[in-house]
Amino acid sequence: MSTVPSPLLLDVRGLTTEFVSAREGAVRVVRAVDGVSLHLARGETLGLVGESGCGKSVTALSIIRLVQPPGRITAGAIIFEGRDLTALGETEMQRVRGARIGFVFQEPMTALNPVFTIGDQIAESLVVHGLAARGPARARAVELLEAVRIPEPGKRAGDYPHQLSGGMRQRALIAAAISCRPSLLIADEPTTALDVTIQAEILDLLREMRAQFGLALLLITHDLGVVAHLADRVAVMYAGRIVEEGPTAAVLSKPAHPYTRGLLASLPGAAPGTRLKAIPGSVPDLSELPAGCAFSPRCADREQRCDVCPPEPTSLTPDHAVRCYLHVKVG
Amino acid sequence: MMALVEVRELVKQFSRRPTPFSRLSIVRAVDGVSFVVEEGETFGLVGESGSGKTTTGRCMLRLIEPTSGQFLFGSRDVFTLTSADMRAARRDMQMVFQDPYASLNPRMRAGAIVEEGLIIHRVGTKQDRQDRVRELFALVGLDPHQLERYPHEFSGGQRQRIGLARALALRPSLIVADEPVSALDVSIQAQIINLFMDLQQALELTLIFIAHDLRLVRHLCTRVAVMYRGRIVEMGRTDDVFREPAHPYTRALLSAVPDPDPASQQPRVTFDPTTSDLQAPLREVGPGHTAAI
Repeated sequence: MSTVPSPLLLDVRGLTTEFVSAREGAVRVVRAVDGVSLHLARGETLGLVGESGCGKSVTALSIIRLVQPPGRITAGAIIFEGRDLTALGETEMQRVRGARIGFVFQEPMTALNPVFTIGDQIAESLVVHGLAARGPARARAVELLEAVRIPEPGKRAGDYPHQLSGGMRQRALIAAAISCRPSLLIADEPTTALDVTIQAEILDLLREMRAQFGLALLLITHDLGVVAHLADRVAVMYAGRIVEEGPTAAVLSKPAHPYTRGLLASLPGAAPGTRLKAIPGSVPDLSELPAGCAFSPRCADREQRCDVCPPEPTSLTPDHAVRCYLHVKVG
Repeated sequence: MMALVEVRELVKQFSRRPTPFSRLSIVRAVDGVSFVVEEGETFGLVGESGSGKTTTGRCMLRLIEPTSGQFLFGSRDVFTLTSADMRAARRDMQMVFQDPYASLNPRMRAGAIVEEGLIIHRVGTKQDRQDRVRELFALVGLDPHQLERYPHEFSGGQRQRIGLARALALRPSLIVADEPVSALDVSIQAQIINLFMDLQQALELTLIFIAHDLRLVRHLCTRVAVMYRGRIVEMGRTDDVFREPAHPYTRALLSAVPDPDPASQQPRVTFDPTTSDLQAPLREVGPGHTAAI
């Protein structure tokens, strides 16, 4: 939303991803990601927050160009390490994916291949990317398992995914993701499927890996607590658009968008036993978005102009921006 | 107030038959759990996956048969009831499930799902039942015009409302809700929690709320039991347990919850099960507050 002159690691500009479906004769276009701009400096962590269907995972898949048809990137640029990823061919993209950008998904059991050992799967990416021969790759895999604090890494390298607990699997997946020393790690709900004590351990591990390997982290989550814990900056997504972006402390302590405010206010915490301040209504259907601001049907501060045309981003401070007419002076 | 629910020394063992590749294995999923819930109370059962909280709830309703123990529900000794008596007793205790996508029959219309229990228990005439279903729809905040819709036409939050309407159809006095909001979006969770609180007050329900989300439990429950590996390790008034956790596991669990307040500096506590006596019985650590230390 804001332009930063520093040499950015990742600079996504106006990314738009659409899914086209033909149902009952009518062609429907669903814009899952609608003009998303976000950036990451080296070593920085951006939390991308939103509810299911807001487009946060599609944004991540778009960045690594893994959106499957009928989905397609229709506009925007993804500048990563100085190159526009949208202009790369599939072979070149394969050299970026896994090697320069690592990723960790929500469900480690589906992200890992059940018929190969953990050690083989980590070694595989090193071999594929030409960073090591089989033998040294295997030794490196054991080192990586040790780095992610898996006890008895030499023995565990020979285990199959089903032999590990959920937390250990997620550790193994993080080891695989950082194996080629990427500069960017994309973690999509990395702790959602885990118990709260295991979640805390994985968050600690991500923080540690970030420092040790100088990783930039794009952390996708629905949990504002996780963001508060780990992110330098946060971008809040709603119905395919980023509605608020800024430093984590500013966004969480002085939320500017009514949606961000609503999310924070709806969390239990204050006065036990009282009614929670729920956001009315439900997450909109992306194929039937209103003409104006997508949040306006649920918004308590809705004005007439909200239904006419969606607001453009407004800067509150140089690094805190919001898409809401509340912060746009009339006239 | 009087105790509506009294669970004594509940045990549930699961055994896996030996195969050529593995020996007979026995797991004590629930290992001697006892607690009392007063009428009209909201009792929280918290713990991580594998702690036995869901198994405890399912045993109480005999959705799975307990290995041993006793469950006194009002004047009934639930585990000794014949299957006919059990069916009658289930009118009075109902369950709300975690996954609103999996717990509703996709081939049945929403109205029929809510009405099904009324038909099975032969309540009223067809007209009475349909009136009752409309009333229930309104009660849980659903549009009675949507009676003829199928589950897939509803959002997750609305589906959980259908599940709640179904549970309330027979006017039970006890609802066991197993993670009823954990599959829902954050902005929808608060709506459903509010609905639970409103209905509990209006209908004088007793609620057992099984959850892993400690923030929700603190908000909703008057008393709480913390489970670890099949046992209750701490139990008491929610406020006491959260303010002054006595068991090291409870402390670790509470410290692991990520706080959305960026200013908070809660120190992390870790729990090492090898340094704790996991067989210790519950003992009094404060008024109405017990811990297995």
